[in-house]
Amino acid sequence: MTSFDANRRALLKLSALTGSALALSELWPESAMAAESTSGPAAGVASPLSPIDVALRVNGREHRLALDARTTLLDALREHLHLTGSKKGCGLGQCGACTVLIDGKRMKSCLQLAALVEGGEIQTIEGLANGEELHPLQAAFVERDGFQCGYCTSGQIMSGVACIREGHTRSAAEIREWMSGNLCRCGAYDHIVAAIQDAAARKGA
Amino acid sequence: MHPFTLQRPADLAQAIAFGAHAGRNDAAIEYIAGGTDMVQLLQEHVRRPTVIVSLRKVLDTSIEMGPSGLRIGAGATMAEVAAHSDVAQQFPLVSQALLNSASPQVRNQATIGGNILQRTRCPYFRDIGYASCNKRAPGTGCAAIHGENRWNAVLGTSDHCIAAHASDLAVALAALEASVEIGSSHGRRSIPIADFHRLPGDTPHIETILEPGEVVTAITLPKDSASLRSHYVKVRERASFEFALTAAAVALDMDGATIRRARVALGGVGTKPWRVRQVEQALTGASLDRAGIVRAAALAANEAKGYGGNDFKIQLMQRAIVRGIEIAGGKA
Repeated sequence: MTSFDANRRALLKLSALTGSALALSELWPESAMAAESTSGPAAGVASPLSPIDVALRVNGREHRLALDARTTLLDALREHLHLTGSKKGCGLGQCGACTVLIDGKRMKSCLQLAALVEGGEIQTIEGLANGEELHPLQAAFVERDGFQCGYCTSGQIMSGVACIREGHTRSAAEIREWMSGNLCRCGAYDHIVAAIQDAAARKGA
Repeated sequence: MHPFTLQRPADLAQAIAFGAHAGRNDAAIEYIAGGTDMVQLLQEHVRRPTVIVSLRKVLDTSIEMGPSGLRIGAGATMAEVAAHSDVAQQFPLVSQALLNSASPQVRNQATIGGNILQRTRCPYFRDIGYASCNKRAPGTGCAAIHGENRWNAVLGTSDHCIAAHASDLAVALAALEASVEIGSSHGRRSIPIADFHRLPGDTPHIETILEPGEVVTAITLPKDSASLRSHYVKVRERASFEFALTAAAVALDMDGATIRRARVALGGVGTKPWRVRQVEQALTGASLDRAGIVRAAALAANEAKGYGGNDFKIQLMQRAIVRGIEIAGGKA
């Protein structure tokens, strides 16, 4: 494909979606530079946006959704799939209450646009237990009283599962460092660390 | 978030054709890669592009050691780079800076290209409740100069902006003399990291030398024995998951107990990753004697200017340099 084709295709695709809202100058680097002073948030008036098709694979099940492009993975899980185990604390990646696993890696679902995690295997707290049998870390949280209000717990557990898998559990200090992306405002940290140590030891046993 | 259309191009050429402008805060078309910083800024209405072009599955994610050095694809995540054996062994400063950044979750998502393009943590930039921020809204003034500026810069500032650059990685890259590989419809170009970020001057909303349609495609690190004796000092307000108040990246080339060559860059104190060449020159041929290091480190303060709340950084950055050199040199 020539670069002209790429440009042309992009333009057609873009104008189909945005109508006349975007000037040609915003597509071509050269002309965009000339029009620099007029390009800015106010220059492009957003046209009505139609939902986009997004296929999400969550806890082994495929879901087809029509979402506003702005939908975060967290909002898709909670508001569209009604999987409310993942919590919205700050919505800005600072608290970790929304932690899920994507292809086995822990991430903050509030910082992911849902449309950009298509094709990924998403695991939430709802997909952790084996039927009625709790995951060892869930059981350890119960045993060690790893929570007070419970709001951060699902994020702590999802993050803890990954922390154990990554092998960052050789000491309490190492667990604290590698769990630093999950805040607990009740201050149950000692119990959370103990629960992770228990589950890690059980796994190694 | 303001409404935007999301484009998910299949390859880099298509992504480039959209002509997004990555280094400007008033761009109407933006690229998104990992998105950890972008989504925060979209949520807070700080960035309001009308089109967002995804670089997922488009950027190179490989990490390769060649005869001249290391090449890291811009799409590699912070976690992947930090854990890579060639990085950890040949460029430990990079691993160290990355593992001292953000949280494990963010490091699993954020890309290396996006990391050096992340925006400042200046509270006035990130909160649209404040009317004045030249970086966010050109021409509105700088609320930080006479406001809460504990987190702001003391080096490279202007009357228009004193926002500190937030990346730890970029500081390590500055010390290691990395280059940024940039792709566009015209091909590829490579520029030293020192020239990648712009000083705020009177256009603080333009943060890099990137032109519209240019995409960071890789970071390259030259092979260098000095890269091995290195240390990243990060001073912050809590033990983990926090940005640097002050950081010092140090790489030493030692000849016995004598410093053959030192490379030192500072973070948390500059409007861009800040290389302190005067300090480096003063250290050339020096021993690891504490008094001599302290004298050399003091040169970092020559161009520094405090704004009240951040005056302490001028002293703190000198101490961070001393600590970094002593640890890298094996003395501390």
